[in-house]
Amino acid sequence: MMLDGLYQEIILDHYKNPHGRGLRDPFDGEAHHVNPTCGDEITVRVSEDLSEISYDGLGCSISQASASVLHELVQGQELGRASEIHHAFVELMQSRGQVEPDEEVLGDGIAFAGVAKFPARVKCALLPWMAFKDAAARAGVDVGVSPEVKA
Amino acid sequence: MTFDVARVRKDFPIFEREVNGHPLVYLDSANTSQKPVQVLDVMRAHQERYNGNVSRSVHTLGTESTEAYEGARARIATFIGAASADEVVFTKNSTEGINLAAYSLGQLLRLGPGDEVVISEMEHHSNLVPWQLLCERTGATLRWFGITDDGRLDESSLNDLVSERTKIVSLVHMSNVLGTVNDLSRIAARTREVGALLMLDCSQSVPHLPIDVQSLGADLIAFTGHKMLGPTGIGVLWGRLDLLSQMPPFLAGGSMIETVTMAGTTFAAPPARFEAGTPPITEAIGLGAAVDYLTGLGMEAIHQHEQDITRYALDALQSVPGVRIFGPATVEGRGGTVSFGVDGVHPHDVGQILDALGVEVRVGHHCARPVCSRFSVPAMTRASFYLYTTTDEIDALARGLDQVKKVFG
Repeated sequence: MMLDGLYQEIILDHYKNPHGRGLRDPFDGEAHHVNPTCGDEITVRVSEDLSEISYDGLGCSISQASASVLHELVQGQELGRASEIHHAFVELMQSRGQVEPDEEVLGDGIAFAGVAKFPARVKCALLPWMAFKDAAARAGVDVGVSPEVKA
Repeated sequence: MTFDVARVRKDFPIFEREVNGHPLVYLDSANTSQKPVQVLDVMRAHQERYNGNVSRSVHTLGTESTEAYEGARARIATFIGAASADEVVFTKNSTEGINLAAYSLGQLLRLGPGDEVVISEMEHHSNLVPWQLLCERTGATLRWFGITDDGRLDESSLNDLVSERTKIVSLVHMSNVLGTVNDLSRIAARTREVGALLMLDCSQSVPHLPIDVQSLGADLIAFTGHKMLGPTGIGVLWGRLDLLSQMPPFLAGGSMIETVTMAGTTFAAPPARFEAGTPPITEAIGLGAAVDYLTGLGMEAIHQHEQDITRYALDALQSVPGVRIFGPATVEGRGGTVSFGVDGVHPHDVGQILDALGVEVRVGHHCARPVCSRFSVPAMTRASFYLYTTTDEIDALARGLDQVKKVFG
């Protein structure tokens, strides 16, 4: 079935057993993002040194699994590496399936390669990453210029 | 005579296609309906043979085009039981019709602080946000009916909500989420009693129910062409002629004037007053053809078919463990739009898996976020039916939900 590309086991695992879910204190920046077309919501909190990334949200398997992967990949990374991961994930989601993801950088995030082929779902996957970027900015941390988001 | 759904489906070319390797199961007609060849052919023929601008040309093409455009208006007027074709204003869609009404009535009634506009929690955003904005502009107060647990308008505080302060009541006739068909008789009577105007959003009712504006008790209604077998880009605002005649224009420009000098302008009578600029001519003619098609089958027969399908669907969905239906649980006072939740699975995921099986449903908040909030869910999955929906398609939906539960179980 075509869906095999979308609902990878890795994604379903993160959805059913999310990593790091729940908002925690203290934090330096927080952002709440909403997907206006479907009502999905996420709140992301970050500490200035990225040693703590917490989140909570309501949404589909793709957006919630994506938040779990974000937490797993980015929390505790130094800024340069965090920016690289963020950039790679956004680029992958913009690729319409034309980019081969680098597991070295994206870890479980490579499971989202299939999502990029479903334009209606790309914004689900990006929701936590965009909220993270905003939360980081509010903590005074610039994770860099993202590839343009058209979704 | 029984309704021959197999014959009806032959008029809709789209049912010949497959989606993701499965026969198309289209359960999203509340979103937009499919189009029969009878509508597509009329629109193509108009563009190929009769195209000219309307209401401004003396030449043959312009005359034929105008006749076709005005002929569509007349047939739509008959379709809804309007007293005259002049009561039918062509708009872009329901949203534009409601914005027109909100803007124009706000001026006509000189709405201000102390005045009240009453809507409901059941509204599509298109019958909510224009009134919010009107109240923000004028200082009037927006109030609203709530929704009962079984998905009906809560009329328990009718006499308090609709009072001498009320100037406009604007309500949805049939909910695009819950499928509820609101019985508006008490509200209409109370609205008249206090001297307010009643507007109805009939986007979901005109396509599916026999409608007679004379007996609805409303002063204005809005509906849209693309949900009733017509094209996008064309809708209707119907209003009582004596009311339309008093209403100031909304959009200004060509075609809506009586005379123009550099010092000032006087305006045409309705409906022209509200149709500034070149209208969507082909689309209006297409909507006329859609109305002919619906009239040919008979709105009573279409409604009966949808009641049968809805009863079948409610039974089918209620027999799937873990499925919760939002809105009336029986076909009484409801139409063929059924929203539901699947325990533990987000509607986006439900919709995605159904799509992989060729089953097209809508997921999300359906442009009616307060309805979702009322039932404490961020989103819902919605299946909606029309004259071409079959019981086989409902069975495909039920099988699809089994698959959903398998993936996320």
